[in-house]
Amino acid sequence: MTGQEAATSLLLDARGVSKRFGAVVALRDASLTLRKGEIVALMGANGAGKSTFVKILTGALQRDGGTIRIRGQESSARSPAGARAAGLVPVYQEPSLIPDLDVADNLRLGGTPVDPFRHWVAELGIKDLRLDAMIGQLPLATLRILDLARALASKPDVLLLDEMTAALPTDLVERVLKTVRAEADNGRSVIYISHRFSEISELCDRASILRDGATVGDLPIEDRVEDKVVELMLGASLGSGEAPAAQARPVPEGPPSLRVRSLAAGRKLTDVSFDLHRGEVLGVVALEGQGQDELFDVLAGLDRPESGEIEVNGSRALFRHPADAIAAGHVLVPGDRAHGLLMERSVRENIALPLVARARKWGAIRMKDEARRVSGAIERLQIDTRAQGEVQRLSGGNQQKVTIARWVAKGVETLLLFDPTRGIDVRTKRQIYLLVRELAGQGASVLYYTSELGEVAMACDRAVVIFNGRSVDTIEAADASEENLLRAAYGLTETADVPA
Amino acid sequence: MNRVLGKHGWTLGLLALLVLLFGITRIIQPNFGASGLDSLSRAALPFAFATAAMVIVVIAGGIDLSVASMMAVAGVTAAVLMEGAGTGGTLFAVAVVLVAGLAMGALNGALIVVTRVPDIVVTLAMLFVWEGVALLILKAPGGTATPWLREMIVGPLVFAWLPKSLVFLAVCLAAVWVPLKRSKLGLSIYAIGSDELAAYRSGVSVGRTRIAAYALCGLLSAIGGLTLTMSTGNGEPIPGPYLLASVAAAVLGGAVLGGGRGALLGPVIAVFVLRLVRMDLTLASVDPNVTTIVEGTIMVAVVMLGGVLAMRRRRA
Repeated sequence: MTGQEAATSLLLDARGVSKRFGAVVALRDASLTLRKGEIVALMGANGAGKSTFVKILTGALQRDGGTIRIRGQESSARSPAGARAAGLVPVYQEPSLIPDLDVADNLRLGGTPVDPFRHWVAELGIKDLRLDAMIGQLPLATLRILDLARALASKPDVLLLDEMTAALPTDLVERVLKTVRAEADNGRSVIYISHRFSEISELCDRASILRDGATVGDLPIEDRVEDKVVELMLGASLGSGEAPAAQARPVPEGPPSLRVRSLAAGRKLTDVSFDLHRGEVLGVVALEGQGQDELFDVLAGLDRPESGEIEVNGSRALFRHPADAIAAGHVLVPGDRAHGLLMERSVRENIALPLVARARKWGAIRMKDEARRVSGAIERLQIDTRAQGEVQRLSGGNQQKVTIARWVAKGVETLLLFDPTRGIDVRTKRQIYLLVRELAGQGASVLYYTSELGEVAMACDRAVVIFNGRSVDTIEAADASEENLLRAAYGLTETADVPA
Repeated sequence: MNRVLGKHGWTLGLLALLVLLFGITRIIQPNFGASGLDSLSRAALPFAFATAAMVIVVIAGGIDLSVASMMAVAGVTAAVLMEGAGTGGTLFAVAVVLVAGLAMGALNGALIVVTRVPDIVVTLAMLFVWEGVALLILKAPGGTATPWLREMIVGPLVFAWLPKSLVFLAVCLAAVWVPLKRSKLGLSIYAIGSDELAAYRSGVSVGRTRIAAYALCGLLSAIGGLTLTMSTGNGEPIPGPYLLASVAAAVLGGAVLGGGRGALLGPVIAVFVLRLVRMDLTLASVDPNVTTIVEGTIMVAVVMLGGVLAMRRRRA
């Protein structure tokens, strides 16, 4: 077959796609090919550029460079509607049905024919669906099935499924996988995005792997492909490049300061257990959306658990309000800095706020004491205070230092850090690791979720791995190579070394 | 039966409240009759159109603070153009007013979509702009309304108990609402108010839909301004108290600020409820200052009750 023929037999052919947001390069050289009847897994670790690539393929974002051809025709979809017209229909992780309209109106809105839709809904295992049911009152699993049925009813050439089986009960998962396979055999092509290796090896023909915004591999699915995929996701350089400062500290003696057992909350967090001791930095490792957001929300009192136990210093705790969690010494540094800071106010006010909010004493704020603690914190963290008038004018790294500095000033028992170094330069990252270590040295307990696997060995004593809402493994810092962590994060390690 | 109740329970409840208020009116004022109904209906007319205008943008997830000002522009334009005009001139004037309403609304919407300045800021600014435009057209109350047009909303139609103004209201609103409800545009308006991202992903053109919603708001405001001139017989450049009244009736009528939910019938009934409360309190010679307190209390109480009922249903 000549190159020319190969190009035309491809249903989808994306090459060299690039995209930058300001100075940040999200995609450098992403490619994806898809033949008729093929199911291809699109894979990549957190931050590899997967979601940007998906948005470009579905027309929600415009590419800066590269080509995308569908059936040999240059695609210039400028909106989801355009991509749909070109034959590429996505099913997103979050259902894209209108909550305040009923099923029938949602079908009319997208121009979906009703009879095929009904056929697919029944095929996928949902019985007795009423077309006048309001979307907002249906359970999430049903909505995902409706979304898939709607996509199938429009007879797409290319179906893009983003974490289709998340939030689905097992029987529906099987139905979905069977149906997708059957549709591929009928000549539809599928881009399949999933964190579940078992599904990928069962369903897909090939896996295309993204790393740092570039496609680094395209492998046929065969035995032990998992190892190669993990290798490709990490890259050769990263694995050996930064020697981890593995100062594995033994598990501290005595009872844990925070004991979590079988915690479940929301739709994603189902069964997480771990112990956190004084002076310990416990990493949390998870792929995106495995329940870690819910875990931190519950521990910070933003959300209530559905079941399970939280014990603080040996006694059961139930947080009804963030103030309860703060009173128990729990402090959250949220992933989005904007959620933790008063952006329009000064560095000093931001650091002093928790001191004031404690409000144990009514009456005037003791200005002298406040000033002393605030400047102490600023000095220790080396916060660049040239733009201290408004926090929003600081750089991201300095903003993050302020969110941590406020708790250094107040003193803290349990620090919950949610991806504190996202988008921060290396120097500031190191300062934050040192700070976290120092806080632990003072007797604080630190729970440290990071989306950068390499940080675990540098900042943590050990890490608990969460997969699919459950804690599946605990890994000591000494063993916390990125490969080990990633394999565990994909649920590939079977030994559930979790305290019972 | 239960489903009908669930879907239209709010509107039916308001209707029951309206009937109750009519009963109370008869008790306070035993000789309240056909002519009383006629004047009530005529007085409610501009409020009803303002509310309908507001409801459409509220369903789309927005708000339009310039409704009363656009009514003033429409009202004075009609009054000036109809001065000494015959049948042809009058029809021309009506057409100009309707087109002007559409254009004003579309401009509001386009500014919101293009500049990405929040709707509340844009329409607050346009409130002042349209107010100035109205004063440029007519410095003081003046102009006139063609007599046969005025007759259209005075007196009963066929039955003594059926005011012409009510029929006029029903016909105008149905002419806008029924085709809208059945069109893709109507669905899209609900869709962008309910979940903008899901609407975008479903292939709805969010910007165009928003502009269309504001244009319809402008159209209904213009009809409201026209009825104002029709009922008073001249043009009034200073905007009346229609802005806050329309938001109040929209909310009382079941439209949710934030978008996605609501319909036209409920808010229009709410207009009559609020007018009737005011009339009853006046008839009972209650201090006018107390009247506004009562109106506000009713609004909060009814909306709160609705929230409690909705929560109950969800738990059940």
